[in-house]
Amino acid sequence: MLEKALTGTKKYYGWMAALLAVIGVGFACYLWQFSFGLGITGMSRDVSWGFYIAQFTFLVGVAASAVMVVLPYYLHNYKAFGRITILGEFLAVASVTMCILFIFVDLGQPTRVVNVLLHPSPNSVLFWDMIVLNGYLLLNIVIGWKVLEAERNDVAPAGWLKPLIYLSIPWAVSIHTVTAYLYCGLPGRGFWLTAILAPRFLSSAFAAGPAFLILLCMIVRKLTKFDPGKEQIQSLAKVVAYAITVNVFFFLCEVFVVFYSGIPEHMDHIKYLFVGLHGQGALVPWMWTSMILMVVSIILLVNPVTRKNETVLVVACITVFVGTWIDKGLGMISGGFVPNPLHHVNEYVPTLPEILIALGVWAIGFLVLTVLFKIAVTIKEEVAGLA
Amino acid sequence: MVIDTRKLQSEEDLEPMIEVCDKIHNIPKFENKNHEIKWLWAEEFKHEFPMQEPDFLNDRLKHMSFLTLCNHCEKAPCVRVCPTKATFKREDGIVLMDFHRCIGCRFCMAACPYGSRSFNFRDPRPFIKETNPDFPTRTKGVVEKCNFCAERLAVGKMPACVEASNGALTFGDLDDSESEVRKVLRSNYTIRRKPALGTGPSVFYIV
Ligand code: SF4
Ligand code: SF4
Ligand code: SF4
Repeated sequence: MLEKALTGTKKYYGWMAALLAVIGVGFACYLWQFSFGLGITGMSRDVSWGFYIAQFTFLVGVAASAVMVVLPYYLHNYKAFGRITILGEFLAVASVTMCILFIFVDLGQPTRVVNVLLHPSPNSVLFWDMIVLNGYLLLNIVIGWKVLEAERNDVAPAGWLKPLIYLSIPWAVSIHTVTAYLYCGLPGRGFWLTAILAPRFLSSAFAAGPAFLILLCMIVRKLTKFDPGKEQIQSLAKVVAYAITVNVFFFLCEVFVVFYSGIPEHMDHIKYLFVGLHGQGALVPWMWTSMILMVVSIILLVNPVTRKNETVLVVACITVFVGTWIDKGLGMISGGFVPNPLHHVNEYVPTLPEILIALGVWAIGFLVLTVLFKIAVTIKEEVAGLA
Repeated sequence: MVIDTRKLQSEEDLEPMIEVCDKIHNIPKFENKNHEIKWLWAEEFKHEFPMQEPDFLNDRLKHMSFLTLCNHCEKAPCVRVCPTKATFKREDGIVLMDFHRCIGCRFCMAACPYGSRSFNFRDPRPFIKETNPDFPTRTKGVVEKCNFCAERLAVGKMPACVEASNGALTFGDLDDSESEVRKVLRSNYTIRRKPALGTGPSVFYIV
């Protein structure tokens, strides 16, 4: 089936060439980082994780959200989603690929990465994260590929796939839960030390992922003869509406606990993010933008009139995606490191090469995504006799 | 380790200890604060003991400098999170690092509630004033911290900072009730950093 990705329109080649160019720039920057060290980034002794780990965290969410199309179809027999499960699974594959790359570019000694396998340490959450992420990648590749192949040959998917599909549902939840556990089990990091971190991660994931999938469905509809379907898009939009509402609710729960209890170690991080601390507050405008975007998107998505209007829906999905990205991709990680454990306020701002490397990884993700979607959509067109 | 801060009033009193630690452990000096490597350094009360600062703290303590170093925690979070066992706890309780195994994921830095760890953001070697051939230099991309002078303990010497402290620092086996540290602890009121976290720091401060 892979050959389907090799032929396409001029636009398709142009897009791929553009992605390759971004990857090239990112790779060049990475070579520089590889020879100089992580000193070319904005990270420091105090903010020791930055943009890379934040992107990783956000993308684990996008990957996990595939479960939002798989679960209704396979567990509740919601037939409509049968058309798009493959898109969800392939989005997951592309996202996990980016996650793994983001972890990799963040390592100080990338050539020693096998040490994680040579000296397995089950007491480390990072060890488990590696297992669940790689497992999830494998599951989605196998399931997506085999189901698509069966569809192409007009036969039912092999029986042994069923248990794997069921397994992939809790597995999706596990990847984001384990990722939250990376942060929320650390003593002395008041911002993350909250039992609601994993639920918060999941709710923002189930908003951002399906919102992105809606946008992708619309692009597919525009560029190809395959229509993911109006009903499908509307059902996904409802998922986004609930998830983003729950996400804001969880955040407000957090705010209540932190400020009503009044424990400084917990308050200071949120203060830093939203009003600044000791005169420093690089993220303040970002965080407020994120909050406003999320609230606007709730209004647009919960109201059926605006949700059913597909133009408005596009706007709402972009708002959700950008809003949750700022929250997780910018605020969540540096917010936890400022102030530092000794209560110094040392801010973090990513550097240009750091951003270019991150863009390069995103471009690799989009490349994988484009190839997989191209294959899936071409086969869907063939099966429907459209091609 | 017990630090008698009554005998270490000013920043100058701390300097010889910091200097000797930096020197024997090949610690580089960087212009860029982001890249800083610190094993032993000075902090004010409010940073050394955040959230433990009483209102109306007396002036002497308020403006004094406190020695800051790895606490060699009894239940060390850095050991717990390390995915390669590059950070590990020795039988005797000292928390050590294997610089050749560390992958530079910096999980341990996020986990340490005392900011005791530094990361080599670039090759440190050109920034070491005078290399001590008896102690390894590090490469870029690995984490490091105070090792309680394990290399000196191995040959029966006291940690370098203890030796340079003129008796202000006492070092020994906390599990041995007859040891010098335990004697000092028995007869003085001491505090530890962030005791509420349950990490069990092994560094005590007489204030
Ligand atoms: S002070 Fe930090 S680095 Fe030292 S043992 Fe405790 S947690 Fe680990
Ligand atoms: S940076 Fe090194 S020592 Fe720290 S957790 Fe990672 S592998 Fe372990
Ligand atoms: S015990 Fe040794 S390594 Fe630790 S601060 Fe003192 S001199 Fe430095």
